[in-house]
Amino acid sequence: MADNGDNDSQHRVNEGDYVVLKRGDIYKAVQIQKKKKTVFEKQWFFLDNAVGELYGTTFEVVTGGTLQPRKPKCVESSADAKEAGTDNRNILDDGKSQKLTRDDIETLKEQGLKGQEIVQQLIENSTTFRDKTEFAQEKYIKKKKKKYENSVMVLRPSCRVLAMMYHGREPGKICHLRYDTLAQMLTLGNIHAGSKVLVFETCAGLVLGAVMERMGGYGSVVQMYPGGGPVRAGMESFGFPSHFHDTLHEFPICHVNALLAGALDTEAKDKDAGGQEKKVKMEEKRKKLAAAAAVLEGRNADGLVIASRFHPCPVLLGLIKFLAPSRPFVVYSQYKEPLIECYTKLREQGGAVSLRLTDSWIRHYQHPCL
Amino acid sequence: MSFVEYSEFIQEGDVAIIFLGHDSMMPVKVQQGAQTQTRYGVIRHSKDLIGQRFGTKVTCSKGGWVYVLHPTPELWTLNLPHRTQILYTTDIANITMMLELKPGSVVCESGTGSGSLSHAILRTIAPTGHLHTVEFHQQRAEKAAEEFREHRVGHLVTVRNQDVCKEGFGVTGVADAVFLDIPSPWEAVKHAKNAMKRQGKKGSGPMYSGDKPGQVGSFVGWSVCVRA
Repeated sequence: MADNGDNDSQHRVNEGDYVVLKRGDIYKAVQIQKKKKTVFEKQWFFLDNAVGELYGTTFEVVTGGTLQPRKPKCVESSADAKEAGTDNRNILDDGKSQKLTRDDIETLKEQGLKGQEIVQQLIENSTTFRDKTEFAQEKYIKKKKKKYENSVMVLRPSCRVLAMMYHGREPGKICHLRYDTLAQMLTLGNIHAGSKVLVFETCAGLVLGAVMERMGGYGSVVQMYPGGGPVRAGMESFGFPSHFHDTLHEFPICHVNALLAGALDTEAKDKDAGGQEKKVKMEEKRKKLAAAAAVLEGRNADGLVIASRFHPCPVLLGLIKFLAPSRPFVVYSQYKEPLIECYTKLREQGGAVSLRLTDSWIRHYQHPCL
Repeated sequence: MSFVEYSEFIQEGDVAIIFLGHDSMMPVKVQQGAQTQTRYGVIRHSKDLIGQRFGTKVTCSKGGWVYVLHPTPELWTLNLPHRTQILYTTDIANITMMLELKPGSVVCESGTGSGSLSHAILRTIAPTGHLHTVEFHQQRAEKAAEEFREHRVGHLVTVRNQDVCKEGFGVTGVADAVFLDIPSPWEAVKHAKNAMKRQGKKGSGPMYSGDKPGQVGSFVGWSVCVRA
């Protein structure tokens, strides 16, 4: 079914949407809330004007902190014969070439000059600009643009964008999981709609969200978690429709051994839990635990994904018991030594075939970004 | 069995992957009365395969044993009959993520080749997506269509035997993602743009292109990434 031009509401930003802001290679996940100040790359602005615009639109941040959609005009071409030098033998790096002072530039900013215009001013007030070679001039312009650019692109969240964001902004939160490595995990784990997947991660919920994105709301996901409760911030940033959450269960990893031994007690207890509210909450918690245990007990999971700061061996050896025969599993670790241990233990134990220990990398080729 | 959905027991007509040992596997079409020769002996489909669980250890006539695995696109990539140079799982994984593929995605691909990437795409976009794949070589196009049917994914894919550079993908304004792996991808760019979903005035969705010269064993990572 082809999309007709008028019904593109699914491509437009709505209030309450989870989006990702982008400038160059910097990303930030935020939720669109009117009249709420957002900070991004040392700038404060309101996202109100983004509502109703298409995803992928680039905005300029104007004085006052409002967003203005940038009109798609042609980038001014350097086709006009610019004056340029041949080499830098006569260029002195004395820090005096730029005639505008920092205060002058601040004034220009306050006057509401656009980034492009500021760069133009800097070029005109540089005594050495026309002595630079063409390449040096381009390099100079690129550098100034990067510094004074104040555009923001609003993107729809996706595994690709969020994985790049987390890796760039807070890699420690995701065990330094690179986005290409995450891509390998999802594919090698055969994560697809309709399966039952177990996830144990301490990557702020990014891996969980990536798995859920590939399941499309079909099937079920059981998130095993360490500590008091599951971390889902990264997953929330995906902005999944509410029915996706119906497929998600959670189960505390500390109870796995009990469950495997058949000794997990999920029966209701008539305790004086003190207070009606607390009783209701505890009952809900018990119900969730029982539901998750029921999903696990069949020992017929289709996939297992492990990516955490804990040593993977005990986790893997425990959770693998919930996996049906002839199903893949993936383990990520920031360091290879624990993985070598896992590999060795599994070979000794038997029952797992086609084990592969790999490292992955991605090369950014020098190519023009269109 | 299907390549987009797991099942528990082996049935007639299934494709199963026989695992013989370290780095040694072979695909098998399960048929009543059929036999498969392996270095460990004969596997009799009716007795050893049909009705058994995927993942079972099967003892062959000479006494050795093998495992029978449920097919996945990754196992298929390692075992499929090559009609062309294929993409392997590492690149496929990156392409899948960069194109933001997920259930429901509509994808245009050319050339189909041996169907390695195609199977991976189908697995990711099932059950509600669709793959429009174009292959200009008639026999390869027919073989691909036949394999998709055997693998029970025919309902998710349309194979077109035409030249994508001249006639495009056969659909317009529907694709969330386009993938080009052909000798002259720039000639298909405008068709790629037409195939993509409209988003207001612009074509939307990421586009990725990879290109390999005829040399066996070397991969040229020449790519054009366009995001509208």
